[in-house]
Amino acid sequence: MEILVCVKRVPDTAENEIEIKGDGTDIERDDLVYSVNEWDNYATEEAIQIRDNVGGSVTVVTVGDDEAEEVLRRQMAMGADKGILLSDDAFEGSDGRGIATILKAIVKKGSYDLILTGAQADDGAAQVGGMLAAMLDLPYASLVNKVDVGSGKTIKVGREIEGGNQEMSEIELPCVLSIQTGINEPRYVGIRGIRKVASVEIPTHGAGDLGLSADSVGTGAARVKRVDYFTPEMGAGAEILEGSIEEKIDKLIELLKAKGGLK
Amino acid sequence: MDFALIPPAIGSFWFIPAWLIYTLIPVVGITLFIYIIVMRLKPMVLAAPDKPINELPQRIFQVIKIWLLQYRHPRYMAAGVLHILLFSGFLLLGLRSLELMFVGIKPGFHLPGLGGTFGAIYGVLRSYAATWVLVVAVWAMYRRLVVKPARYEVPAKYGKPHTAEAVFVLGLISILVLAEGFFEGSLVAAQKQQGMEAHTLAPFTLAWIFHHVLAAAPKGMLQFIHSFSYFVHDVTFFFFLCFLPFGKHFHVITSLFNVFLMRVQRGNIKPVKYGVSREQLDDLESFGVKKLEDFTWRHILHFYSCVDCGRCSDNCPANAVGRPLSPRFISIKGRNLVFAKYPVFGEPKAGDEPLIGTTYEEDEIWSCTTCGACEQECPVGIEYIDKIVDLRRGMVDEGMVPQSLQKPLSAIEKRGNPWGKMEKKRAEWTKALDESIHVKALDAGEQAEVLYFVDSITSFDDRMQSIGQATAKLLHSAGVDFGILGKSEKDSGHEVRRFGEEMLFQSLREHNTEMIKESGATKIVTADPHALNALKNDYEGLPPVEHVSQFLLKQVRKGTLKFKPIEDGNKVYTYHDPCYLGRHNGIYEDPRELIDALPGIRRVDMLRSRDRSFCCGGGGLMLFYEPEEDQRMGVLRVKMAEEAGANVIVTACPFCLVNIEDAIKVAGLEGKMEAIDLSELMAAHLVD
Repeated sequence: MEILVCVKRVPDTAENEIEIKGDGTDIERDDLVYSVNEWDNYATEEAIQIRDNVGGSVTVVTVGDDEAEEVLRRQMAMGADKGILLSDDAFEGSDGRGIATILKAIVKKGSYDLILTGAQADDGAAQVGGMLAAMLDLPYASLVNKVDVGSGKTIKVGREIEGGNQEMSEIELPCVLSIQTGINEPRYVGIRGIRKVASVEIPTHGAGDLGLSADSVGTGAARVKRVDYFTPEMGAGAEILEGSIEEKIDKLIELLKAKGGLK
Repeated sequence: MDFALIPPAIGSFWFIPAWLIYTLIPVVGITLFIYIIVMRLKPMVLAAPDKPINELPQRIFQVIKIWLLQYRHPRYMAAGVLHILLFSGFLLLGLRSLELMFVGIKPGFHLPGLGGTFGAIYGVLRSYAATWVLVVAVWAMYRRLVVKPARYEVPAKYGKPHTAEAVFVLGLISILVLAEGFFEGSLVAAQKQQGMEAHTLAPFTLAWIFHHVLAAAPKGMLQFIHSFSYFVHDVTFFFFLCFLPFGKHFHVITSLFNVFLMRVQRGNIKPVKYGVSREQLDDLESFGVKKLEDFTWRHILHFYSCVDCGRCSDNCPANAVGRPLSPRFISIKGRNLVFAKYPVFGEPKAGDEPLIGTTYEEDEIWSCTTCGACEQECPVGIEYIDKIVDLRRGMVDEGMVPQSLQKPLSAIEKRGNPWGKMEKKRAEWTKALDESIHVKALDAGEQAEVLYFVDSITSFDDRMQSIGQATAKLLHSAGVDFGILGKSEKDSGHEVRRFGEEMLFQSLREHNTEMIKESGATKIVTADPHALNALKNDYEGLPPVEHVSQFLLKQVRKGTLKFKPIEDGNKVYTYHDPCYLGRHNGIYEDPRELIDALPGIRRVDMLRSRDRSFCCGGGGLMLFYEPEEDQRMGVLRVKMAEEAGANVIVTACPFCLVNIEDAIKVAGLEGKMEAIDLSELMAAHLVD
């Protein structure tokens, strides 16, 4: 099975304190650390497990600048066979549709049975997977938490529904799946693993290589434009507890007791 | 020469002269024994290299102390005394057994030097030794079969109990000494009957008892007993010798070597591979132990040497709280695998089956806090920490790391601390200090004589920052010129290394070493024993490192620090020895002396203290790991403090404080028990 996994380099929410720039145009990016988007990491692990079971290869692709290469190497250290970097100044400022357009172009250049994306990105809006499937006119299943690959032309995919229950669907190959966290336990990648793939060639494609006209992607083509970032005003009835963690906990317990939430 | 009875060397078996048989038995026995040992050495030859054997004087000292004098045995009094008696008996009877072997070939043979006065003295000694060995063997069988100490039990998941083997060997030992007693007793009885000169038997020895019992026996019967007991002794002796390498009694042979080769330096971790330099590490195909042969040859020798006495597991905190780890079975399972894969008779089994998932389980290997209680206790010097770390290195290399540990590891890689907090906030704990106390920022160009290495938990944990503040206050009050590295400090990597992520550890070590050297400090002090151990035993080429308790004690002795008396007379303090201060670095007395410097303090020791201290739950990455366990180690520890009659637990480690404070809440002892760090206690009682 030939599998393509679309991944993204994002500011790591666990290791950053996200603050908004004074002018409201972006978040403060000076002191951020980045990693591979968590959902994408589960998607890569799933792809590797499928490949290990039924054979084939796993390719990881990302749209980003030169620094995005580090997440491709990381996924290759996990076990992906190949990485592709899609990078071009023309891609900058793309909206979800723009990113899907770029990804569609690389999918068309290959021959993939299965295309995986994360269900969403830490800094995204959960758009790309669905748009990519629609543009490719391929079947699409989202929030997938289980993949059963048999030998036939169809696979079974699962989704968690209310009450912890499981729903299973059948879907024809080739298809696009957006992967939910918890589908597996992604393996650990250490410094040693990344060093091992440090010298593997990663091809980079720009708009021209992909046959994309500059006006189909990037800021110009974006139909959704970001206009502002701000921290909401505190609403009526909201209260932010101040002090050390111990003090905050004491106040919280006091409040819960006062409102009858704790006895 | 007249014989009261025909000696074994002169008789015959039908038409075959007995001396021939008694030459063949040792020849066959020894040949077989050598073959078995060669087969047992085979997996050791195929195993990974181990460290070169240096530090000879210390090793010889350890052999004398731990092997010959059985120093660790009386830690379990009953079993220890039994073993010392049995061991000394064995040593004494060794010569006699050698001599007896030749008696079957040459009548009346004496080993050179054992003929005269010395021989007579030796004769008395070994007769008593044989007698007490029998008493001890029977007593040991009674313990195995009737008393059944709990630590000998084998949980069902680890296989069948080993009682049968133990009793069988005790039986063989009994046969040996009984046969020897009958051999000698029957001869002396016959000599007396015939009015010949008989050598004097030491009273109340086996031979003495038997010669009385047989005093009136007919000569034919005495002859039969004499010849038969010799035959039984000879055959049993060589059977016993060849049986040893098949089970836990292999230690009779291997323990001497095992003790000679045991750890001399504590607190350290073996390199990924001996003989491979730091620069060559990237070229290694594989890291750590994944298959049996990845263990070092010394580790295979450990498997051979395990006596199955259960002392390690009896002291293992992970085992005590029901985690799926029992160090004893790390050895026993390892040995079973070596024996199965490299049989004495037949071809070695092919295949490189991974150890994890077959012999060992992932959770088993992650359960260890590396507290070192098992190594402290083992009477034959078996080590576990290096094996656990090597197995973890193998799992890390294969990506088998629990999700709970992946986040903190990645945060350490990116931000230099397991919580992923911003580097620039590493010195924020100093903001709460009194304005009169200036903590120099060595990362901002200031210079100081002493570097206070804070490490991650004290820098970032809201509660533990108070340890940093107390330490700074104490250093300031003692007039010490000190500073910190601030944002230039990264996690010491102590647990990163012990959790098997060697390359990440090395990059942390490289960074911190550079920063420390650049700071120009000539001394390092830390209040975190894990940082202490890392800087002292994992890093190289740094200025001398001390724990704050050592450093402060010198100040107290000099009189630069003065303390107020304890106000609350109802408080009874107990000191909990942190593993990485105590067992791994031998610092037991300094913190106690420091506590006792507080006027009017009442301090008691817990039953488990000093080198038998009980781990509170582990530090560093262990705080993030989610083990399967029935209860928390800390809860057991807090109850031990309660039993000792204490109501304040003093620790000298931020991780101990986290675990113990949590445990007090879990144990429902809030209000009855409190925990405090040594530096906090001392700082609170400073005379202003």
